Amino acid sequence: MTGNETAADEMAKNMKEVSVSEFFERNRHLLGYDNPTRALLTVIKELVDNSLDACEEARILPRIWVEIKSTGPDRFRVMVKDNGPGMTDKQIPFAFGKLLYGSKFFRLRQSRGQQGIGASGAILYSQLTTGKPTNIIGSIGNGKTSLYELMIDVKKNEPEVISRQLIEDGKVWHGLKIEMEIEGRYVDSKQSVTEYIKQVAIGNPYAEIIFEGPPGKMEFKSGSNDLPVLPKEIMLHPHGVELGILRRMMKATKARTVASFLSNDFSRIGAGTAKEICQLAGIDAKTSPARLEVEDAEKLFRAMQNVKLVRPPTDCLSPLGKDLLMNGLKKEFDAEFYAAITRQPEVYRGNPFQIEVAVAYGGQLPVDQTIKIIRLSNRVPLLYMEGDCAMTKAIASTDWRRYGLQQSPRGLPAGPMVILVHMASVWVPYISESKQAIASYPVIVKEIKLALQEIGRQLQHHVSGKRKAEMQQRRKEIFDRYLPEVAGAVGRLTGNKPEPILEKLKSMIRKSTEGVVDGGDKEETGKSG
Amino acid sequence: MEEIKKKLESLGKDVLNDIETRKNPDIDIPIRSLSNVVYDEKANMLTLGDKVSKRYLFNVAHAKPFMQTLLVASFCKDLQEEGIHTSLRDLFYALKRTLPNSDENTFDEQSESDPIVVDIEVMLNLLREQLRLNADVRGRVVGNVVIKDRGDTINWSKLGSGGWAIPSNVEEIQIKSADAEYILVVEKNAAFERLHEDRFWQNQKCILVTTQGQAARGPRRLIQRLSTDYKLPVYVFTDADSYGWYIYSVIKYGSISLAHISERLGCPTAKFLGLTISDIDKFDLKNFTIKAKEVDIKRAREMLKYDWFQHKAWQKELQLMIDRRIKAELEALSGKGLKFITEHYLPEKIKKKEFLP
Repeated sequence: MTGNETAADEMAKNMKEVSVSEFFERNRHLLGYDNPTRALLTVIKELVDNSLDACEEARILPRIWVEIKSTGPDRFRVMVKDNGPGMTDKQIPFAFGKLLYGSKFFRLRQSRGQQGIGASGAILYSQLTTGKPTNIIGSIGNGKTSLYELMIDVKKNEPEVISRQLIEDGKVWHGLKIEMEIEGRYVDSKQSVTEYIKQVAIGNPYAEIIFEGPPGKMEFKSGSNDLPVLPKEIMLHPHGVELGILRRMMKATKARTVASFLSNDFSRIGAGTAKEICQLAGIDAKTSPARLEVEDAEKLFRAMQNVKLVRPPTDCLSPLGKDLLMNGLKKEFDAEFYAAITRQPEVYRGNPFQIEVAVAYGGQLPVDQTIKIIRLSNRVPLLYMEGDCAMTKAIASTDWRRYGLQQSPRGLPAGPMVILVHMASVWVPYISESKQAIASYPVIVKEIKLALQEIGRQLQHHVSGKRKAEMQQRRKEIFDRYLPEVAGAVGRLTGNKPEPILEKLKSMIRKSTEGVVDGGDKEETGKSG
Repeated sequence: MEEIKKKLESLGKDVLNDIETRKNPDIDIPIRSLSNVVYDEKANMLTLGDKVSKRYLFNVAHAKPFMQTLLVASFCKDLQEEGIHTSLRDLFYALKRTLPNSDENTFDEQSESDPIVVDIEVMLNLLREQLRLNADVRGRVVGNVVIKDRGDTINWSKLGSGGWAIPSNVEEIQIKSADAEYILVVEKNAAFERLHEDRFWQNQKCILVTTQGQAARGPRRLIQRLSTDYKLPVYVFTDADSYGWYIYSVIKYGSISLAHISERLGCPTAKFLGLTISDIDKFDLKNFTIKAKEVDIKRAREMLKYDWFQHKAWQKELQLMIDRRIKAELEALSGKGLKFITEHYLPEKIKKKEFLP
């Protein structure tokens, strides 16, 4: 659990001593800017994530334009525009001109924003690699449009407005358009921006995305008009807390006593449980949390882990649901069979999560290749570190041969199939700072496997049904070919007209292909008479 | 004639009955492989066991042979009605056609229709000759015999150098007279020519037959009729190798593939005259032997296990061939002089009654 909490924590600590830019330089590998190829993807990702989050929060069906234009060797001009709620003229510089650091880290909600340091990180990267300001145009639908040229004062971590215009031309629109120049590289691969956009379109099928980049212009049409429910914000569950976070929470809390700190700032702790925890820790419940010593904080932390608690609420989760999952796959893959399931919410270390799995099978999908895997974490595609991810491991450790696919031992299955795995959680555990692979907690792997097996059974049903139908068709063709000859010969041997015999035989094919009339397809040996 | 037609019709009726009662039509076909062939020691011949395989119409694997069986049966019925004979090759071409809306043929090769004909023979207990299908024409005969064939009287002793060609169907032939002491059957044409030129049959008072390789049905039936009607012993003279010896066993006991008609074709009293591997030593033929090939040895090993080759003498000969890996052709005797065969080998063997059972 060393997510951006730790990064933000680190940042806040270091802010006094070093500049933001120095911190950024030192930690760019953690933030997704380790090389020009990855950086291009990260910039797009941060901006698109922001747009989707904003639209969903405002209950607007997202419409997003993404443009990437090469402006020189390893140079790109990047533009992302949305139809979201926009921002007021005053908000804009503060929302973008300041690197965020953990203001709300002890309140949890399922969101995309876990992925990095947000749009301001992208602006900082642009400024560091090209020295140019970022253009931001926004409106909230009041007939006014704000135009900013923005940079970040890296010493003070504050916005530096290069130019600002407020146009009142009565043009009514809402949304944001962000344009910047960055150092980057476009490589056509499994980790390209194009692949990312495609997977975003699958994972967010209610969004319409128009992408213009190196491979040309692509339109990803929306496949649904239903936005998923907006997830609720919840308090941290005591079993999901870490010591470092607990200490910071104790410093930041408004509560006067440890008991009220516990019951106010955490979920599933009432006055009774708060007392029980304090007793277990050997701490006076009336002590001020801000004054607790390091050792006491540790005792409290341990007591919190050992007390029995109701599991955290799960209404903070917003799964995509079966229909949206199927829609996402249907609009991007021309297959013959689709299935999707959403598991019931589960909890790992006090954090609620929910697993969803969807598959597309057959049709135009390539037959003799390893299956395609789409990994989504809170609807955000994960493109790197596929092999290390719990999702991939769960797929490889499922026996797909019993569901009619090819698979080498412990390998990924091969066949005309796409598997989508979505993990929705208030806190997704990544195995490293780069946040591209989900850690293999047993309960998470188990949930994914159960979902895969259920989908596998549906798939097997489809595949065996298809084989049966093919077999029956083949039988019918064979019999259709021979029956007129048989009827003719029987007619000549018995002195009957062949037509009525053929009619009777034809009516028997139907029974035969349904398995009613059948001699069994094996040679029978017996004794005569 | 009517009986044969009825049998063919009954095949169609059984299938029609199944169709009327909506039962998957099936045909019982006796299995014709070594597993269902029994050596009947009393009758001294190979007979077919009672194992059958069922051929179903509504079975992907059986449907085609089922159709082919009925096509052949219906063709045979036509032959009966029209009163004509035809060959297996004609039958194949008469029935070969492309099935509508496909690129599949009723029969692709004659090798597909031939076994179906045998299926019907065995199933209905009919002879191919009765079905008016001619088998291969092979084999010639000379001797003091007078026969009547389609109104012509033929004297086998007055046919010059060629002799009489044995037709595939000898059922209708009447044997008027036969003046001979035994029947000598030789495998090879060359040996027949030699013996005929030397007037061996005249000097030795025998009927001389060549099967020209594996004996066809006509010669086999003819040998059987002559030997039973005139109580003549039959001596068989073949190459000294597994294939030659098997030709002898087919004449005597019948064959595995036609075990169902051994009774009509077999000649249980036949005896084997030569050549044997022992003859090679006895007649000093060592210089004229040839190396046995792997297939010859393999065949000999198989024959060692056959019930009808269990006589000590045969086991010895087969084993000798396997051990020494040699074989000898009839022509090897010419190595000792062109007339050695007619003046020494055969008269001595027959005089001393040096036969193998």
